[in-house]
Amino acid sequence: MSVKLNTRQVGDVTVIDLSGRITLGEGASALRDVLRDLTAKGNKKILLNLGDVTYIDSSGIGELVSGFTTVTNAGGTVKLLNLTKRVKDLLQITKLYTVFDVHDDEAHGVRSFA
Amino acid sequence: MVAFRVDTLWLPMALNTGETLVLDQDYPSTLESVDVAEAEILKAAGEAGFDEDEQHRIGMSVRECMVNAVVHGNRYNRRKPVHVNVVVERREQRARLIIRIADQGEGFEVNEVPDPLHDNNLLRHSGRGLFLMGAFMDDMKVRRLSPRGTEVTLVKNIAVRKTADRIRDEETEIS
Repeated sequence: MSVKLNTRQVGDVTVIDLSGRITLGEGASALRDVLRDLTAKGNKKILLNLGDVTYIDSSGIGELVSGFTTVTNAGGTVKLLNLTKRVKDLLQITKLYTVFDVHDDEAHGVRSFA
Repeated sequence: MVAFRVDTLWLPMALNTGETLVLDQDYPSTLESVDVAEAEILKAAGEAGFDEDEQHRIGMSVRECMVNAVVHGNRYNRRKPVHVNVVVERREQRARLIIRIADQGEGFEVNEVPDPLHDNNLLRHSGRGLFLMGAFMDDMKVRRLSPRGTEVTLVKNIAVRKTADRIRDEETEIS
């Protein structure tokens, strides 16, 4: 199963719920498209909920990093929510865990943008 | 066991003593092949006794290696297959799953691949595949093939206890 994305608004924070696999091909490009689209529309506060992401490869990591850079360069912020153990391990191994602001609780994550 | 075919480009590898052939297959240079090879090697890893977390690391390493072979090596050229060879090697107290993945690309210098953990490279979009293979597997080797191509060998040690259990299970099945 490739990735599924659902975008919702919590106050002025855009939460993107992702599920499935973020891998080279459809999964990674879907994430890239939604982040570019939101940035183009002026959304500055984006919270990526990765709680139901079952698999992420280096291309998926690359899209997370690119999305982070794209949104940051546009004056916005991307934060991560609900990392699974495997995704957390992957971000730690690649030293990206310290790059992202990571939250385990949605309400806390949303408030952190204030 | 997966049936294997001999392609004119590849000669079947001679098995060394103690090696059991698990997979010897050419795959077209497509992203679908990445999924298929990953699934087949995951199945082999499960049968070799690796637990779920180890299977995940092996599967991810295979995926990264296959992507490199298909995308960067063969550049999606369907006339250039990716060759995958998997054996289980059992010698005395040691057992290993050995995966060799070969493309027919122009090759690259391992030493010239930027370190993805360097501060200047942390936010790069790509360049983490080889690093992840090395992190997830017990051993990894890259060698140039002649006249062209690159072969990556990924090795994962199988715990001796699991090997003994497996041999006992096989003997039970035979009897």
